[in-house]
Amino acid sequence: MKGLPPVLITAIVLVLGFAACAVQFPNIASTRVVGNLLTDNAFLGIVAVGMTFVIISGGIDLSVGSVIGFTTVFVALVIERWGVPPLAAFLAILVLSAAFGAAMGAVIHVFDLPPFIVTLAGMFLARGASFLLSTESVPITAPIYSTVSDFALRMPGGGRLTAIAIIMLVIVIGGALLLHLTRFGANVYALGGSRTTASLMGVAVGKMTIKIYMLSSLLAGIAGIVFSFYTSAGYSLSAVGVELDSIAAVVIGGTLLTGGQGSVIGTFLGVLIQGMIQTYINFDGTLSSWWTKIATGVLLFAFIALQQGLVALARRPVTKSAGVAS
Amino acid sequence: MGNGLDPASPLLEVRGISKSFGAVRALQDVDFTLRAGEIHALLGENGAGKSTLIKVVTGVFPRDAGIVRLGGEDVAPRSAKAALSAGIATVYQEVNLLPNLSVAQNLFLDRQPMRFGIVREGEMRRRAKALLADFGLDIDVAAPLGDYSVAIQHVTAIARAVDLSARVLILDEPTASLDRHEVEILFRIMRQLAKRGIGIVFVSHFLDQVYEISDRITVLRNGRLVGEREIASLPRIELIRMMLGRELAETTSARAAASERPPREVCASFENYGKASYVAPFNLELRHGEVVGLAGLLGSGRTETARLVFGAERADRGQAKVEGAAVRLQSPRDGVRHGFGYCPEERKTDGIVAELTVRENIVLALQAKRGLHRPLSRREQDEIGRRYIRMLDIRPPDPERPVGLLSGGNQQKVLLARWLATSPRLLVLDEPTRGIDVGAHAEIIRLIRELCDDGLSLLVISSELDEIVTYSDRVVVLRDRAHVEELAGEAIDVGNILAAIAADSVAVALEAHT
Repeated sequence: MKGLPPVLITAIVLVLGFAACAVQFPNIASTRVVGNLLTDNAFLGIVAVGMTFVIISGGIDLSVGSVIGFTTVFVALVIERWGVPPLAAFLAILVLSAAFGAAMGAVIHVFDLPPFIVTLAGMFLARGASFLLSTESVPITAPIYSTVSDFALRMPGGGRLTAIAIIMLVIVIGGALLLHLTRFGANVYALGGSRTTASLMGVAVGKMTIKIYMLSSLLAGIAGIVFSFYTSAGYSLSAVGVELDSIAAVVIGGTLLTGGQGSVIGTFLGVLIQGMIQTYINFDGTLSSWWTKIATGVLLFAFIALQQGLVALARRPVTKSAGVAS
Repeated sequence: MGNGLDPASPLLEVRGISKSFGAVRALQDVDFTLRAGEIHALLGENGAGKSTLIKVVTGVFPRDAGIVRLGGEDVAPRSAKAALSAGIATVYQEVNLLPNLSVAQNLFLDRQPMRFGIVREGEMRRRAKALLADFGLDIDVAAPLGDYSVAIQHVTAIARAVDLSARVLILDEPTASLDRHEVEILFRIMRQLAKRGIGIVFVSHFLDQVYEISDRITVLRNGRLVGEREIASLPRIELIRMMLGRELAETTSARAAASERPPREVCASFENYGKASYVAPFNLELRHGEVVGLAGLLGSGRTETARLVFGAERADRGQAKVEGAAVRLQSPRDGVRHGFGYCPEERKTDGIVAELTVRENIVLALQAKRGLHRPLSRREQDEIGRRYIRMLDIRPPDPERPVGLLSGGNQQKVLLARWLATSPRLLVLDEPTRGIDVGAHAEIIRLIRELCDDGLSLLVISSELDEIVTYSDRVVVLRDRAHVEELAGEAIDVGNILAAIAADSVAVALEAHT
């Protein structure tokens, strides 16, 4: 399958890392810690799925962190100040964020602009808009928030699989199915291989670009709702830099930053690796939490170097021998 | 030879096609006729208009005038995609498929068998396997296409095109990167398809292959139709004459003086020098005050030889010597260090920096040679600029004018000046007169002679045989990426060069048929 070897390496890094942590702090190897890890990184896991689609298609989406921030503020204000029912607020923000992504995709395609610039503009736009709504943290007290926060599946060993962790897992599985089993997924890989060639082969490149950025923003909207459940508040400065964390998770998960190869499962493993490093630092207690960033940086560098190596290997001429009946 | 099914019915008719890019007329009133079930070779040198014709027919470029009829009906595709759905498929030398997708996905992209919104992977692989089996290919269709050789990628592209119900299949240089065995496989497939009534346009510069596979040929030169012939009744030398546009009777005139100078000392020599699947090993001696011409058809290994000599490409065998001392030429830097200069064919992309001024372009190579820590002062730059503008008569004589605003001939002179400023011992010129008007043409040739009289050693590539004959002291003839003949003195004339290009291949072709 596409991208399997890098994914295997990611999986091995995760297993070895987890084993090393467990040797030092035996308590880490419990469903309780794992459950918390999934809960703490639920929003990151959700945006990273969208980012995987974008990056495999050869693009990048820098706006997702800001979309999360905007979503939390929007949801908090609409529910708390205007008294709109939470479900209606959720629906509204999802439509809004999907439209935002579709607009970015359309601009990228129609004006043939680099996704980096367009989504950078989107990033400033969404962040600025959330400051316009409110510069202060708005607590959310709606009953649905405590209900959702209290809901959890008990795991053997006392761990809790929370609602937001379940949402993340469902999205990861759904994303994996969409990417690997559907025509849409195949077209995402095709775009990442070469836009020109894909278009020559009949792929509707414009529609695909719009749909891909729409998906990414929609997932960022869902991640924003999840983030508001996680913090029970809306704050315009929340999720700053999450776009970079999610890009890191995607790359550590074995997806080529240049597009064309990668997997959702790899991205999920990449999220878990970042969560694992964070957990280790919490357990240690003496390390600054910024060590998470340093460790992530080192891993990122290692994976990009590895990918370059694999790409160089793949560029060698004529490799596979073929049975040719003549 | 292929099989003509119904020679009377034209499948694809192109009439009176013209196409200009700005002031450049790329195609003028070109006709082309393809019959169902024939393999039709489209030939011509660089810039003859083959690619433009293909792109106009397949809708990549809009046409200025003319009509295209497919099966008797006018068609005017606006894109390659539209041409494909009309039934005209093109497979380019650089395969237009996606190396990161599996072979099966490449064959069925955007038309995969589906059930409940899910791609039926197993069914798709089964069909892909069956489709490729028609072409004699038995490979793992789940593996990424990029894992396979170019030959297999080509066959996959052809299979996809044919499966999309193509009636006209255009193969643009399909054999350029294939080995002999792979070419056989491709040819067998082409004959099969022709038998099924598909019309195949075969663009190639390998004449042996053209003779082996084609039924008819059409030759273009300088954007015009030269002729359409049955291959069986066309001697090879006649074909080459059509492509190069020279009459055998037309021989030399102005070269008498050149050949009668005493032999000079060797400037650089190459023994058994070559690179696998690039240029066959060759021996070449370049002397001071001597012009060596490289003649041959497009793709015969002329530019490849030049790049090896300069160090732009690394040789994997043989020995290079400069002034008798063994040297290693690993990179263009090495070439420059040993006093070599190289003016490539693609002036616009590889040579001049259009935004910089004449002066800046001239001092570029000299500055690079000196290193950044020893900058040329502005006064030195001005002086060098003025000297070469005067010496080469660059017009207008303004050192501060951006080079992009100069005519082609004057750009070429600026390039020459750039290398002359480094006081080279050897200068390699690839098509120095291409795209230059007639007046400037003569001037460049005069310059080549003058430089040579000053003791410089020159290696010049040109498709213009008259020109090569005029200034060369020796002419090396290349064919199929090998040096096949070296002519000197009285033996240098257009007829002998043509004969050398053609002769050997006749023997090879005869061999192949017995």
